[in-house]
Amino acid sequence: MWNRISKHHLFWPLTVLAALLLFNLVYKPGFFSVRIQGGHLYGSLIDILNYGAPLILVAIGMTLVIATGGIDLSVGSIVAISGAIACLIVSRASDQHSLSIVLTAVGVALGLAIICGLWNGILVGGAGMQAIIATLILMVAGRGIAQLVTNGQIVTVTSNPYKYIGAGWLAMLPFSIFIVAAVLLAAAWLTRRTALGLFIESVGSNATASRLAGIRSRSVIFAVYIFCGLCAGLAGIILSSNVSSADGNNAGLWYELDAILAVVIGGTSLNGGRFYLSGTVVGALIIQTLTTTIYMVGVPPEITLVVKAFVVFTVCLIQSEKFRMAMTGKGKRRRAPAEREVTQHG
Amino acid sequence: MKKQNPILDMRGIHKYFTGVKALQNVNFRLFPGEVHALMGENGAGKSTLIKVLTGVHEIDEGTVVMEGNSITISNPLEAQEAGITTVYQEVNLCSNLSVAENIFIGREPRRFGRILWKEMNRQAAQLLKERLNLSINVTLPLDAYSVAVQQLVAIARALNISAKVLILDEPTSSLDASEVRELFTVMRKLKAQGLAILFVTHFLDQVYEVSDRISILRGGEFVGEYLASELPRIDLVLKMIGKDLELLAELPQTGSKELAKKGEAFLQAKGLGKKGAIEPYDLQIDRGEIIGFAGLLGSGRTETARLLFGADRVDSGGLQIAGKTLKIESPRQAISEGIAFCSENRKTEGIIADLTVRENIILALQASRGWFRTISRKRQDEIADEYIKALNINPKNPEQLIRNLSGGNQQKVLLARWLLMEPKLLILDEPTRGIDIGAKAEIQKLVLALSRKGMSVLFISSELEEVLRVSDRVAVLRDRKLVRMMQADELSHENVMKAIAGG
Amino acid sequence: MVKRQYLPILVTVALFILVFLAGSFRYTGFFSMQVLTNLLIDNAFLLIVAVGMTFVIVSGGIDLSVGSMVALTTMLSATLIEQLGWPPSLVIPCVLLFGALFGLGMGAIIHYFNIQPFIVTLAGMFLARGLCYVISINTITIDNAFYKDMAMTKIQLPGGGFISISVIIALAVVLLAIYLAHYTRFGRNTYAIGGSEQSSLLMGLPVARTKMLVYAFSGFCSALGGVVFTFYMLSGYGLHAVGLELDAIAAVVIGGTLLTGGVGYVAGTVFGVLIQGVIQTIINFEGTLSSWWTRIVIGILLFVFILLQRIINVRASKSRAV
Repeated sequence: MWNRISKHHLFWPLTVLAALLLFNLVYKPGFFSVRIQGGHLYGSLIDILNYGAPLILVAIGMTLVIATGGIDLSVGSIVAISGAIACLIVSRASDQHSLSIVLTAVGVALGLAIICGLWNGILVGGAGMQAIIATLILMVAGRGIAQLVTNGQIVTVTSNPYKYIGAGWLAMLPFSIFIVAAVLLAAAWLTRRTALGLFIESVGSNATASRLAGIRSRSVIFAVYIFCGLCAGLAGIILSSNVSSADGNNAGLWYELDAILAVVIGGTSLNGGRFYLSGTVVGALIIQTLTTTIYMVGVPPEITLVVKAFVVFTVCLIQSEKFRMAMTGKGKRRRAPAEREVTQHG
Repeated sequence: MKKQNPILDMRGIHKYFTGVKALQNVNFRLFPGEVHALMGENGAGKSTLIKVLTGVHEIDEGTVVMEGNSITISNPLEAQEAGITTVYQEVNLCSNLSVAENIFIGREPRRFGRILWKEMNRQAAQLLKERLNLSINVTLPLDAYSVAVQQLVAIARALNISAKVLILDEPTSSLDASEVRELFTVMRKLKAQGLAILFVTHFLDQVYEVSDRISILRGGEFVGEYLASELPRIDLVLKMIGKDLELLAELPQTGSKELAKKGEAFLQAKGLGKKGAIEPYDLQIDRGEIIGFAGLLGSGRTETARLLFGADRVDSGGLQIAGKTLKIESPRQAISEGIAFCSENRKTEGIIADLTVRENIILALQASRGWFRTISRKRQDEIADEYIKALNINPKNPEQLIRNLSGGNQQKVLLARWLLMEPKLLILDEPTRGIDIGAKAEIQKLVLALSRKGMSVLFISSELEEVLRVSDRVAVLRDRKLVRMMQADELSHENVMKAIAGG
Repeated sequence: MVKRQYLPILVTVALFILVFLAGSFRYTGFFSMQVLTNLLIDNAFLLIVAVGMTFVIVSGGIDLSVGSMVALTTMLSATLIEQLGWPPSLVIPCVLLFGALFGLGMGAIIHYFNIQPFIVTLAGMFLARGLCYVISINTITIDNAFYKDMAMTKIQLPGGGFISISVIIALAVVLLAIYLAHYTRFGRNTYAIGGSEQSSLLMGLPVARTKMLVYAFSGFCSALGGVVFTFYMLSGYGLHAVGLELDAIAAVVIGGTLLTGGVGYVAGTVFGVLIQGVIQTIINFEGTLSSWWTRIVIGILLFVFILLQRIINVRASKSRAV
């Protein structure tokens, strides 16, 4: 029984998250308390969900991309572009509070994010480039484009409807949580209720065999990069709405790395194949909790980076088969006897 | 053969993998100046033996004596230092480096730590010329040359390390007939120079053509060591496959099969071809007919089939399927036309290692239905159970990851994947390669049963006996060309061999 | 006939000359020795870092930690000199050793635990950047005579322009790297591993040692780049050289090195750096163009060169001799 629990893909991520939360509780006994103020729920746990929303979004998109054996380095840039274009449109409007203007802005920003995702999809799925290389292009150029949009300035907006997206409340909870929930449900539905999930895992595990089984890998790859772009675009809107401004230079900086980290912590292998959306969400929450903890303890927030570094090392070491072998002192291999014969020439 | 001491003497070798015995009390000797064939079916332990000899794995028990001294080999470098080098089927060199570098890397001529390129290129050219009769530009990158040349370069590298024991692990699999002949010339030459050569191959003809001595393994155990001249072929085969021979006898032999029904054509190919893969060919496959493809490796068998399935793009020609003319541009389209293709590369082109048996079985069916018309989980379980039972897939757990299955069971899962599609034409490329003899017979029986139900089958295999046993007609390929279509009444071992050899 | 592996590097050189000439025709005062030498002066640290990156990429890996390592070096140097009063003659060897050991550590983790270089160096990047802030979150200005001398000294060239000491260091690193890459076993083993790690192992090459040395060399180059950057900025700061890893990777790729490993030239990287520099210079000369155009243009260049590499590779696999 214990064996089965500890082998579950959520075991390690949840243990780490629980440990982090426990540390917080010990450090500050009121950590778990949630109070109602002005019809809204407040508390550290709510904050973690609220501030973690953009990262969870980006990480959900990244999970699907990584499951196909790819990677998307450009999400940070897409976050910046989408926030920049949305804020630009709103700030140019005569009446910034107009709902239609905000909807247009969101629509255009998401459209642009989809185009960015499509571009990555074309390079990876269409031209057959290595994902890390293909998305590097938009990662480099994208931030330039975002600055181009904002003309190198920080664009500020004073729009209530726009601010609602990232800083509004619904049913006592921050509105952004509902966006995340919706996207998570959509992703889960797409991958578990339709066959897309099976195709993604199939393409990620063995692209050639998938093609020969009749799977349209190209459209699968297009779909995941577009979805990832869309998630990043949404994250960009939430981030810029939260602070009512867009900074083409710094918005979404390091997001690609945090998102990849969340995916890896969640148990999805960077080699593609099996993926775990729930694991990713837990992974993103771990990262956000870590940041919150460090703020709370009173260490300069920049030092989060050092802790993150150790988290990356630890998670990777736990996932590394070689490391586990070295630790348990046994040469355990997950190979069937017959397979040895077949792999001999590899 | 002169009475002399073996250069390499392995005694009582045991090797276990997580409790499974891969090698059990195996003895193996190698004399200088001989070609010694190591024979065995898949799973016999050949590759494990080679791997312990080259330091990829360490032995658990036993002794290895090289030139009278007991040695331990724990990594490839130590094996090399002991004078044991290996040339693998898939050339293990660096194709981005030049030919000369591939021969010398790690031991480049240097002065004060500086690599002397001119000297290295000169030595490389000289070595290739003098010992292997090969004159090529050694400064070009290795990937500018064919696999045959790359293999010779690999041998040159081994010689340069002053190998005393040269292991050739299935070196002929990707070579054509003339390249094999050249390789054998080189092997004889090296033998005369006193080198001990361990030769692993699946081709019986080749064993008898170059080997002096044969050692046989079966199921990880040592069967015996024989002089090639004193071991008749049939005995060799018997010793390799052991008591399982009667399994094959259950099958109907050539000729006993009812003649092909005069059915209507399912598929007609006219002038289908692809440059560099296969010359334009005509082919007609009737409903319920089994067409065998015979030919040496690299004769274009797989390439021919891949064109029918849309796995490769055609340059010329056209297809008629069930009377309609069409162009097949992708596997997807071929599948929708009722064609299924089981690739010979089970690992790279067949199984999805990360997925379960159930998921692997329903994959093609689901792919044909698209993203949204999903197969319910209940139906998936039914399908999986049905095929696991029907094809006797082991273990009988549909939720097992397919990577944990043995080769034969993986093959059955792939068969299940395609049978589920109820194809009109099933292309099987080496469906029995690398699987044990029992599973082999099961698959052959299945193919015959399917054809009786009206399914056309294109059966590709390196084993001529197997092709003859199941086929109604046999297409013979040679040098990337479909040279002859043999009708049922002319099918015999001798006739097909003649056609393959081009006599 | 030009060997096909030289093609990308020739395109790079041609492109550099073309862009430089275009600038010369368009702007007065562009075509001068000083513009050319300024390219080197302003990009000396990038050049040094990119040389290390070339080795890593040729070996089939990637090193994301270089930018942070530069920042950490400036920070360490500034602290040791300004706050602990160490002499530069001790500080510089120390930071160089630290960089090399840092790289060595990452290489060891990559090799022995078989974890993707991308992830390990990502952690290295977080760690190095974070350590900067552990030291201080503020800028530390360096007011040391030796560092000032290094920053100010101009070496007159016979042609008219001048260069800084950093340029000499950078050029020395380039020459050393070319020698290492082509005339030593370490260099050739690096190419072999980039071609096929599996084969390299079976050929008995010291894969573990070479891989670790490659990352150690990259760490060393980043630290040296950091030292040069310190001469340039005369300060230590945790936000120095943000995104430098991207510039370095871009320079290497534009210089004709395959990101898949095994093929590439240090000399190409030099031109990759120079192209980035000359684009920057043109954008400065233009005046009306903003700095972010540099990123966009480099992005486009990356795209073009990656596409070019793919075309060459596809062609190559189609045409086999013999």
